[in-house]
Amino acid sequence: MYKIVKKRVLNKNMTWLVVDAPMVARKAKPGQFIILRTDEYGERIPLTMAGHDAEAGTIDLIYAAVGRTTMLMNQLEEGDYLLDVVGPLGKPTEMEGLKKVCVVGGGTGNALAYPLATGMHDHGIEVDMIAGFKSKEHVILEDEFRAGTDNLYITTDDGSYGEAGFTTEKLKELIEAGNEYDEIVAVGPPMMMKFTCQIAAQYGIKSVASLTAYMVDGTGMCGGCRCVVGGENKFVCVDGPEFDGALVDWDELIKRNSYYKEVEEDQRAHVCRLTGGVRYHD
Amino acid sequence: MINLKMNKNPMPEQEPQVRARNFKEVSEGYTPEMAINEAMRCLKCRTRPCTTGCPVQVNIPEFVAEVSKGEFEAAYQIISKTSALPRICGRVCPQETQCEGKCVRGIKGEPVSIGRLERFVADWHAENGYEEAAVCEYEDAERAAEGKGKKVAVVGAGPAGLTCAGDLAAKGYAVTVYESLHKPGGVLAYGIPEFRLPKAIVDAEVAKLEKKGVTFINNAIIGRAETVDELLDLEGFDAVFVGTGAGLPTFMSSPGENLLGVCSANEYLTRINLMKGYLDEYDTPVPKAKNIAVIGGGNVAMDASRCAMRMGADKVYVVYRRSMDEIPARKEEIHHAIEEGVDFRLLCNPVRVLGNEEGYVTGLECVRMELGEPDASGRRRPVEIQDSNFVLDVDCVIMAIGTKLNTLILDTTENLEANAKGGIGTDDGAATNREGVYAGGDAVTGAATVILAMGAGKTAAASIDEYLK
Repeated sequence: MYKIVKKRVLNKNMTWLVVDAPMVARKAKPGQFIILRTDEYGERIPLTMAGHDAEAGTIDLIYAAVGRTTMLMNQLEEGDYLLDVVGPLGKPTEMEGLKKVCVVGGGTGNALAYPLATGMHDHGIEVDMIAGFKSKEHVILEDEFRAGTDNLYITTDDGSYGEAGFTTEKLKELIEAGNEYDEIVAVGPPMMMKFTCQIAAQYGIKSVASLTAYMVDGTGMCGGCRCVVGGENKFVCVDGPEFDGALVDWDELIKRNSYYKEVEEDQRAHVCRLTGGVRYHD
Repeated sequence: MINLKMNKNPMPEQEPQVRARNFKEVSEGYTPEMAINEAMRCLKCRTRPCTTGCPVQVNIPEFVAEVSKGEFEAAYQIISKTSALPRICGRVCPQETQCEGKCVRGIKGEPVSIGRLERFVADWHAENGYEEAAVCEYEDAERAAEGKGKKVAVVGAGPAGLTCAGDLAAKGYAVTVYESLHKPGGVLAYGIPEFRLPKAIVDAEVAKLEKKGVTFINNAIIGRAETVDELLDLEGFDAVFVGTGAGLPTFMSSPGENLLGVCSANEYLTRINLMKGYLDEYDTPVPKAKNIAVIGGGNVAMDASRCAMRMGADKVYVVYRRSMDEIPARKEEIHHAIEEGVDFRLLCNPVRVLGNEEGYVTGLECVRMELGEPDASGRRRPVEIQDSNFVLDVDCVIMAIGTKLNTLILDTTENLEANAKGGIGTDDGAATNREGVYAGGDAVTGAATVILAMGAGKTAAASIDEYLK
């Protein structure tokens, strides 16, 4: 059992949990993820850690309540428990030899971009952060990004906050303005990552994308998270989650991530309408 | 009196058409009368060939003799001296190639059904609530005192790890088992389906080990959360046994295998067994399909195809490139699968998976095969028959064509050497090149059977005891 020691509601979609998981916290590094289960009847879902505190033995999870598991997590309060938390999983972000990078976060992906950007910054890398959101009400972690990176650029699709437009436009602008990045890091919806990595390629800059996929065990046993990178099958859980963005077969990844959409929509409806989010058989 | 009947007492089973749609256990087990009658088929021969076929050296003639007298608890005590998990072995061991394969009665007629008797005895013991007595032949107070204060870590709570932990606990060692999933059991929990091995039995075996003082830590990935070196240097373990299993599923590298509806048997079985996807109250999604093709001819393919029937598929195919003579699955599993309506497409090899524009599977293109000259394995090599391609109308394809070894422990343990197959290298006593580090089961051999893993766990426990003594 893994106790929720702190819960902070970031906005109507996003929540930040600090969870007691000393075995994970001790070894966690930026870019790695965990798998959790809320209760006996729940699924195992992967979540990239937003941070960790080895001394306190806690990990940070920031998530958007978009699926059944995350909706159930929203029902939990400080002092409640997650049934299972396992990790750290996946390879940590590679930082060696980097001097200057641009991290591009899209929507809820900004929660995952946060530990990467600030982790790189802590490592002595100069970090420009472009954080894109739909509109002002979706903006999260502004103060944290500002404190933990060198330059923060917020964009909103509707122009209600920061600069109007997409992150890709801002990225182009920064590159055109003469910023020399060793690497572009993209974290967000697959479509946004695809376009970000395409822009990086246009300018001959290396790109790295942090992928999410369906997975069960997280140790390479199920193969559910396989994706094609450079013409080869790779497992997101053990070979990733970060891959060379120029080599990822984005269209296939987008398709594969939609496999259980119908089941998920059905589950969502079930959570909301019938139970108000509370599991009926508890 | 010896029962001279040529055939085994048949095992009572659920009717095929009924059981093909439920997850209840297929075989219902012998009654006491059937067990006694079957045990009386044993000739009590002097050569005792059956015992040489058992990887954990169960004293078969003695326990069978007790069964024939109706002394079931005495029989249990004999089995449990050397086997940590008899309820499991009685169900999943390939007895036909082990103990029963060596039985003299099998020369003319059928061998004594040692597996069914083992299962009966172990179930009878559990159901009649006998207290756990001495579980290991080495166990006595003196030895237990010697072991005390020494700590052994077991990595992986599958058949190898559970056996090793059980034997070491009986010798008085303080054993901690680390398991990466949220539940102990390894393949017994995630792989073998409920209808072949009820999970309550696995849970009960684990509870038995806990009662003997074994500590289980779930959700702990050794190699990530903690390394083998740290277990020895920081956590103060005197020895470590690695039984982490087979690992990564193999795909065919043929076109279409990443289409929606293609998954590994590991994934399919884990969703159903460990994650209870067959029960409504669980959230786990399972690929729901009308027509399913399972590729491969091993026991995993049988488990996947029989699960697919039970998940409500209209049509389930097993696609295997050789013939019934070469198929590696146990006869009993094949027989059960056929009875339940699984359609075997033998001498067929998948060429590619076909899909629609949205990326969903719409069919499996296969080519017919014929058997040519024997290959390195001694089996006749399947050769494609030109222009014999055809399409199976399926919307889900499950790959059960084996696994690659997981290298996490090798990658994260200082100077630990691999064997030629890429598994963890060991000597005959399960010792690796690193002092105090032992390994066994699929992590060493690549995918094999539950009982071979248990045998390796047993060997390792004896070696660790020798090392720490």
